[in-house]
Amino acid sequence: MGFWRNQLSGPTDPAADAAWDRHEPRKGFFTDTSICIGCKACEVACKEWNGIPEDGLDLLSQSYDNTGALGASTWRHVAFVEQSTERIEQARESGRRLVQLGMPTVRSGDEAAPAPAPAATAVAEPELPDVRWLMASDVCKHCTHAACLDVCPTGALFRTEFGTVVVQDDVCNGCGYCVAACPFGVIERRRGDEGHEGGRQSHGITISTGGADAAHNGEVKNVGIAQKCTLCYDRLGAGQTPACAQACPTTSIKFGDLDDMRATARARVAELHELGYTEARLYGTHENDGVGGTGSVFLLLDEPEVYGLPPDPRVTTADLPDMFRKAGLAGIAMLGMAAAAFVGRKR
Amino acid sequence: MTTNPFDADRPPEKERRRDGARREGQNGGRRRRDESLMVPDVTFDSYYGRHIVKPAPWEKEIPAYLFLGGVAAGSALLAAGGAALGYPALRRAGRVGAVGAAALGGAALAKDLGKPSRALNMMRTVKLTSPMSVGSWILTAFSGFSGLALASELGRALIESRSGAGTPGAALARVSRLLEVADGPATVGSALFAPPLAAYTAVLLADTATPTWHESYRELPFVFVSSANLAASGLALVTVPARQNGPARRLAAVSALVETLAFERMQDKLGPTLSEPLRTGKAARLLKASKVLTIAGAVGAVTVGRTRVGAALSGLALMAGSACTRFGVFEAGMTSAIDPRYTVEHQRERLERRRAAGVVDDSITTAR
Repeated sequence: MGFWRNQLSGPTDPAADAAWDRHEPRKGFFTDTSICIGCKACEVACKEWNGIPEDGLDLLSQSYDNTGALGASTWRHVAFVEQSTERIEQARESGRRLVQLGMPTVRSGDEAAPAPAPAATAVAEPELPDVRWLMASDVCKHCTHAACLDVCPTGALFRTEFGTVVVQDDVCNGCGYCVAACPFGVIERRRGDEGHEGGRQSHGITISTGGADAAHNGEVKNVGIAQKCTLCYDRLGAGQTPACAQACPTTSIKFGDLDDMRATARARVAELHELGYTEARLYGTHENDGVGGTGSVFLLLDEPEVYGLPPDPRVTTADLPDMFRKAGLAGIAMLGMAAAAFVGRKR
Repeated sequence: MTTNPFDADRPPEKERRRDGARREGQNGGRRRRDESLMVPDVTFDSYYGRHIVKPAPWEKEIPAYLFLGGVAAGSALLAAGGAALGYPALRRAGRVGAVGAAALGGAALAKDLGKPSRALNMMRTVKLTSPMSVGSWILTAFSGFSGLALASELGRALIESRSGAGTPGAALARVSRLLEVADGPATVGSALFAPPLAAYTAVLLADTATPTWHESYRELPFVFVSSANLAASGLALVTVPARQNGPARRLAAVSALVETLAFERMQDKLGPTLSEPLRTGKAARLLKASKVLTIAGAVGAVTVGRTRVGAALSGLALMAGSACTRFGVFEAGMTSAIDPRYTVEHQRERLERRRAAGVVDDSITTAR
């Protein structure tokens, strides 16, 4: 029963659950935003390697960001946030609160109870700067429980032997269900006219104005198909590092076995806390979270929503058994209503 | 409040951050931030007001399908009841309605695909974790049975009319006999697949990261099945002579009651934040129209449904009401996905609730 219990939520090994007999260690990213310099080399390398079409080169007039969000043609997105002292103090405060919560406790009983939260306040905290820039390279999370994969009706999305999630663009029929299901807003259907003249943006959604543009003249591939980061499946198969991690000049993006990535992340956040940077926190490293842990883990310096990440994502299919149960009851109710309609005087 | 001399040259932070996310005319005083009065800000923050989850890339075809699927499902039930209890006009109209609406709905679904030429890829696999896959198979089975029932209806009528001219050929007689045998199973099959067809669309919407859709998953199926009944009874009231529309009138009355109750309950359970998309903007207008049309249609069906004109008008109101429900719920979901407030506030509340209860090991953000 253990196998079935963890198919929709909770800790599990996704590659084994997908019945891979050739078992590779699960691969993943660790994106350490504390050393990101916002150079966007990852964005460029990703586009180059994966042959992703252009989707807008202009700055968004809000920051140095020019891609806005992850999408069909943006598989790495560098976020830029400028913060004042007050905001930094708030971030430090929320980090301190996290440390004091002492999370996470260890669920399985085989490890000793975690040491009490280190007295972070005892360490002299570095002075707050007047201003800081948060820069963070976002990417597909390759969730343990990937909603996009669960809801895909065609089987176009699949789990690789590396535990990652990849779209087969020759199978996908562009139903768009994965787009709505992803709790991180990563996957998107390619329109093909992003960034081209005639398309305009609102809230990060490209609004089509129709007409003869790149979407329709064959210049852009996979129009109408859902697209996202593949964690460079082709490179992984050849024992190579994904393009973004290879290109990152500061090693902000690290790539390797997920276990190593998680360990590196923990070591790094402990180091930052020791230096007094209590605003540092990890995102996605623990497998009891709503998506069973992510394959891409992050070190953040503020609350996740500041970077456009959800603060408490939960894979939608975790509730699916209950949804089907409710739908079943509703179906019976529908039959009941119909039956009631035929009761009574016939005329 | 100024933190350094350069702040004067910058746009104020709260404008960049917060107001970008908010739609016009919705300046709830609660969230306006006055930094001098600050308590620790645990409510709403976002990345330049951009959405976190993506709205479904679905156009009008999808709510239209929700409506048409409902018409098909409810019509099949009326047809089955009509066949079993001797309402031939109801049976005939129901069968035509079921097949017609299912065909139109299927076409709408295919049209909304990013690659309509690959519509049949839906049949590549059976996937229980995907309501869309399950739904595709439900729609296929339903269409098969309903199509057979309609074939039986039309085929037999055709053969009978031709046999009047002379003795029917042996082949024709065999076909006639076959259709007669198939009639019962086809009717039962189409009636059995009708409730799943009407209910799965609620799961389809709920099984997403769209906040208002997902969190309404407990009540939405009840709203959708009653909406399906309302639309189908509306169609029957329009198409069936008043002599035989008794079941349709009663179905309208009971379904209107159930839908109203289920919808109210859904709004309550969603809470003030997540029900806001249902209560504001375009969705609110559609849902208000739906309520008025549904109640007017149901009351009309009960009171003046015995007259031909009264029945037809009530029927039209009921169908329009059902369509408004579907489009309203659809719109509300899109709003809740596009505005990051609904994603962030709901998740923050959930997280803080768990932390307050002492559960600290299932957060995605951790200090270690």
